[in-house]
Amino acid sequence: MSDLISNDLNMIFKSPNGGVVHALKDIKFTLKKGQLLTVLGPSGCGKTTLLNIIAGFIRPTSGQITLNGNEINGPGVERGMVFQQGALFEWLTVNENVNFGLRMKKEDPVITAQKVEEWLNIVGLQGFGSTPTYQLSGGMQQRVALARCLINNPDLILMDEPLGALDALTREKMQHLILKIWNETGKTIILITHSVEEALLLGEKLYVMAPRPGRIHKEYNLPFASMGLKEDLRNIKNLKDFTSKREEILNMIWDMEEEIMGKDN
Amino acid sequence: MFTRILTFLIIVAIIGCVMYGRKIIKTEKVNAVFGNPERAKGGTHWIIVGSSFILLTWIYYSWDIAKSFYPQSANELCQVGKINDSLLALKYLFPIEERESKTASIIKIENKNLDKFAFEVKNSNKISDQNKIFLLGLIEKTKKIIPLLTNESLLDNQTKIKISELTSRIDQLSKEFQKNDYPYETIDQKNKRLKEAQEEGEWGASGSAIENTVEIPNIPKTDKGLKFHTAAKDLQIISDEFFKLNNHNFQYKSAVQVINDEIKKFENEINTDQEITSTFVKDILQIIARIDYASIFPPNSLKDFEESIINFEKVQKNEQGSLIWIDIFLFPAGTIVSSGLSCSEQGTGRWLPKLSDTFYNFILLLKPSVGYKGIPLLWYEMMDASKIVGFILPDWIADIIPGKYPVYNENGTVEPNFKSKTLAVVSGQFSLFKIPIPMGHIWDSFLRVFLGLVLGIIFGVPLGLFMGLNRFAKGFFDPLIELYRPVPPLAWAPLIISVLGIDNLGKIFLLFMVSFSIMIISARAGASGTQLSKIHASHSLGASNWQILRYVIFPNSLPEILTGVRVSIGMCWGTLVAAEFLAGTTGIGFVENVAKKYFQYEVIWISIFLMGVLGLIFDVTLRKIIDKTIPWRGKG
Repeated sequence: MSDLISNDLNMIFKSPNGGVVHALKDIKFTLKKGQLLTVLGPSGCGKTTLLNIIAGFIRPTSGQITLNGNEINGPGVERGMVFQQGALFEWLTVNENVNFGLRMKKEDPVITAQKVEEWLNIVGLQGFGSTPTYQLSGGMQQRVALARCLINNPDLILMDEPLGALDALTREKMQHLILKIWNETGKTIILITHSVEEALLLGEKLYVMAPRPGRIHKEYNLPFASMGLKEDLRNIKNLKDFTSKREEILNMIWDMEEEIMGKDN
Repeated sequence: MFTRILTFLIIVAIIGCVMYGRKIIKTEKVNAVFGNPERAKGGTHWIIVGSSFILLTWIYYSWDIAKSFYPQSANELCQVGKINDSLLALKYLFPIEERESKTASIIKIENKNLDKFAFEVKNSNKISDQNKIFLLGLIEKTKKIIPLLTNESLLDNQTKIKISELTSRIDQLSKEFQKNDYPYETIDQKNKRLKEAQEEGEWGASGSAIENTVEIPNIPKTDKGLKFHTAAKDLQIISDEFFKLNNHNFQYKSAVQVINDEIKKFENEINTDQEITSTFVKDILQIIARIDYASIFPPNSLKDFEESIINFEKVQKNEQGSLIWIDIFLFPAGTIVSSGLSCSEQGTGRWLPKLSDTFYNFILLLKPSVGYKGIPLLWYEMMDASKIVGFILPDWIADIIPGKYPVYNENGTVEPNFKSKTLAVVSGQFSLFKIPIPMGHIWDSFLRVFLGLVLGIIFGVPLGLFMGLNRFAKGFFDPLIELYRPVPPLAWAPLIISVLGIDNLGKIFLLFMVSFSIMIISARAGASGTQLSKIHASHSLGASNWQILRYVIFPNSLPEILTGVRVSIGMCWGTLVAAEFLAGTTGIGFVENVAKKYFQYEVIWISIFLMGVLGLIFDVTLRKIIDKTIPWRGKG
């Protein structure tokens, strides 16, 4: 049992002025080992809350979530996380950033150095080991963040809009890298995104979430991720199946947004 | 010599740089439009002009240029000052430098006073009618004594003769004064005078002691100076003789006698309202005394005398020659004034020390054998290393050794035992090798700031981080710190100095208080400003709480902490100097405070300069450290 199982997860926030926000309502899903799940939804639908609960940064109000049969009740090494802005430690070099987790575990520095070298090769940063991270471009910083997370060999990788701040070209390269890593390591990945295209391209499984209360609105099983391993990503984007799905989801989100506006007015 | 070369260099630099600047403006093809910041870039030559200008202003207004180009001018001007001092009273008597002669103004004022008294007496309802008549009569009589002095026909023949004698003496002096060999000094006299002048020293600070108070040599060094010096002496005698003549003729004397008799008679009678009347009587007597003292003469009797004084002034100014121009151009904002027995600088030259004097004094202060108040500015002393051992090892090591400390024996001596020998070692009472230790005023000030700052960092940073992360710590310590922090550090100084002493302990504690609160606030801001995603990331990477604090929160707050250190240094430095002003026996603030008491302007300026330089060194060093340790600042 190495699955991520969520059981009737509820998250209720109390706002300072006494109101109650139902951020997540009865979230129930199972993610098998090795699956790549993308989560899509309008802003405020609880995507990040869900991710934070899985990472263990916050506790759900009710319900429980288990990874490999163990209940999640705090952050842990088995769940790595990649943030939108990298969240790199800018006072450290690329090497030091990547080996941060191993250093905290006090592992043998020689073996660590080898591992760091390996991972820098995988993410395409060979030779940048001693560069300070503040000198790197946005895409490179995300590569470092990815390597830093993967070197710890987590069972589950959580990505919170990791490509949100990148330009289109870098974004495509990074999407490719994520697919490659997913394929080579066989890790379970949950990726949150704003981009419908990205969600379709990368997701083996795709949840569209709806706001107020945050819930899983629709679930898709998609073929594009496995296609993307062999084919060029741009060709996939032109497939008829892809474009129709994209339109469908866009309309869905559009409707949700309109509904929110209606509720507000 | 030093200033002469400097003046020359400055003028060459200014002219050269201005010409270079103009040439650049002319030859620059691409001149950026107005408002473009590019226009302000570069321009080292203007920096040279700017700093040369400051220096030039300094050496000009401190009269250093006068001192170096015309070293005798101050001595000569001192002699001229003596003439002015001698003539001062006579010049006031006549409207030579004033709008109104002194006699005229006294007559005006006293007549007015008498009229005022008369009015007050008339309208007073507290004075009896009998006394009113008496007082009004007195006032009337007093008024009448003034014409007795100003009446030409009443002037004594003797007085007339004396005035014409004094007049001819001044005329004679004017004539003699213009002669080249006046005052006919013999060679012996000359040698004696020159020797004395040599012993008295030169204008400005002496090269051997800081406490030298002779500012301007008094004995004339040049023949020109001697002329003025001798004439001033003669004039003083003439002036004294003149003021002894007071034109008290027989009629005046008897009129005053009548008034005095009347008053005496009045005082013997018993009056009901004597007190208020006698106040008026006293006032009237004062007026009579003032008239008595003022040299009031008939209007035309002193015409010749006045003219000969004016003539002497002309002759004297003529004889000054180039000295007048030196006085006007090289002694700006003041001049040299003689009063009594000594001459002094009055004006900017007084409080703005000459660059050369300041430089010599600085060299003197730097000499470890001189220093200031017996302590050098910055030097070293040899200290036995055993003192350090004694400082590090606690004394109780000896106490816990079994046995007792030795007591005296029958021979009247004390034999040391193992326990007392150990005590000697742990308290540093033995000799080892000697090592050099820095000392002096600068070192003391520096050490105080450094120790206060380090203690503040050691205690402040951990507590600040803790307060940034923990609700209890924030709540518990916040009131305490917020209570003492807003108080200006100097407000704490009297309390702390009286509790902990005027020596290092009190000052270091005061500085610790200053840096402690700043470090707490900056470390707290750094800790609470850590991005949540970084904390989350490190949690996910398996770091423990302690590791997150050590490897993430601490380096992340370093920019704030170092900024705090920079602010602390500035605050500590300012507080220290002021605290040294209050009390203490060493330190730069102490130097300035003592120099203030003795009007040692050179030392005051040196200490100001040292404080500036040290503050700058602190700041530059810290800026270098900041650039080295946190290159990522502002780039994360």
